[in-house]
Amino acid sequence: MSRYFADVAVLARKDLRLELRARSTVPSMLLFVITALVVFHFALPAESSELAAKGMLWVAIVFTALLGLGRAFVAEREERLIDGLLLAPCDRSAIWLAKTLSVLGFLVVAELVALPAFALFFSGIDGATVAGVALADLGICAVGTVLAAMAVAGRARELLLPLLFLPLAIPIVVGGVGASVTDEPARYLGFLALYDAVFAIISWASFEYVVTE
Amino acid sequence: MIQARGLGRRFGEKRVLDGVDLDLARGGFLLVTGPNGSGKTTLLRLIAGLLVPTAGELRVDAPRERVGFLGHEPLVYRELTALENLDLYGRLYRVPERRERIGMLLERFGLWDARNRRAETFSRGMLQRLALGRALLHDPELLVLDEPFSALDEGGAALLDRELAELRLRATFVVTSHDPERVAHLATDRLAFA
Repeated sequence: MSRYFADVAVLARKDLRLELRARSTVPSMLLFVITALVVFHFALPAESSELAAKGMLWVAIVFTALLGLGRAFVAEREERLIDGLLLAPCDRSAIWLAKTLSVLGFLVVAELVALPAFALFFSGIDGATVAGVALADLGICAVGTVLAAMAVAGRARELLLPLLFLPLAIPIVVGGVGASVTDEPARYLGFLALYDAVFAIISWASFEYVVTE
Repeated sequence: MIQARGLGRRFGEKRVLDGVDLDLARGGFLLVTGPNGSGKTTLLRLIAGLLVPTAGELRVDAPRERVGFLGHEPLVYRELTALENLDLYGRLYRVPERRERIGMLLERFGLWDARNRRAETFSRGMLQRLALGRALLHDPELLVLDEPFSALDEGGAALLDRELAELRLRATFVVTSHDPERVAHLATDRLAFA
């Protein structure tokens, strides 16, 4: 087991190092989420409810995540670098877990800017919303990473990822918005945690089949 | 070491490989020849475990950690240095005395002075030498080499000649080459695709 997590750490560190060198994913995610919030700020009427604003926050989060997921396997797709990882004697699910963690890290960085910006433009962020975002991030990254690996093997990969991901993200948005706007967020947070657990297990177990040609 | 019976592989409707029978003993050297598109690369990717057959049977008696693969792409990250690339693979393969082994390979392949340069600054020949270092890093017992001489200058090709001659004593090889005469003297088995 320690070997498994050592492989995950090696692979995740490689992804973080690549991002630090190329700076290709996080800046575009930051730019997108801030732009989206600014547009929503000016587009929503002043008398709009907090519910509408929270809905916009979740739209921004999901599409920011989609941007990061779309770039998750770019390095591996170019010049078939995924082959190098598949040849290595590590469990193939370690590749999924490492990639999930690195995408999660990028998304959290974007949200560390986006949530204060949302509080500035719209209304304060409560603990339930933060918890909802944290749980949603886990589900988004777990499911999204395996779908990104699936999409990268196809020809119309830019089209395929949103088509695969957005339907599966609907429960996350429902749970996240529910946790953000209701007075009883526990039920929605529990739903998000259950979604995370179920889809993380499915993604972990299916990754090997997704990357096997 | 390698046994195939009726081995085939399709990509959609396209049949790339069909009915290949193959026996390669441990320590053997299989030279695969044929024109472009005849299925050589597909056969090598099947043997390396990068593809699964769609027909027939394939048995490779070497665990994944003892297979070295050199394909058309160098399989190194362009944004990482030569040292970082080999260190990444060295950790994944659990190479004993990793740093010493990486240093020795960088020296041997003439890349020591460029060890801290990103691979994106390397010439095609340097990338091929780095790729060879990656393929040999974990001291594989089965080496699957697809056009190993491509992009190498005469110095690099001579270096590879020496490496192959030395490794020939302790590893099994499956090699494709557009210049089969270069390795013909090492071959124990041949497979020619039409």
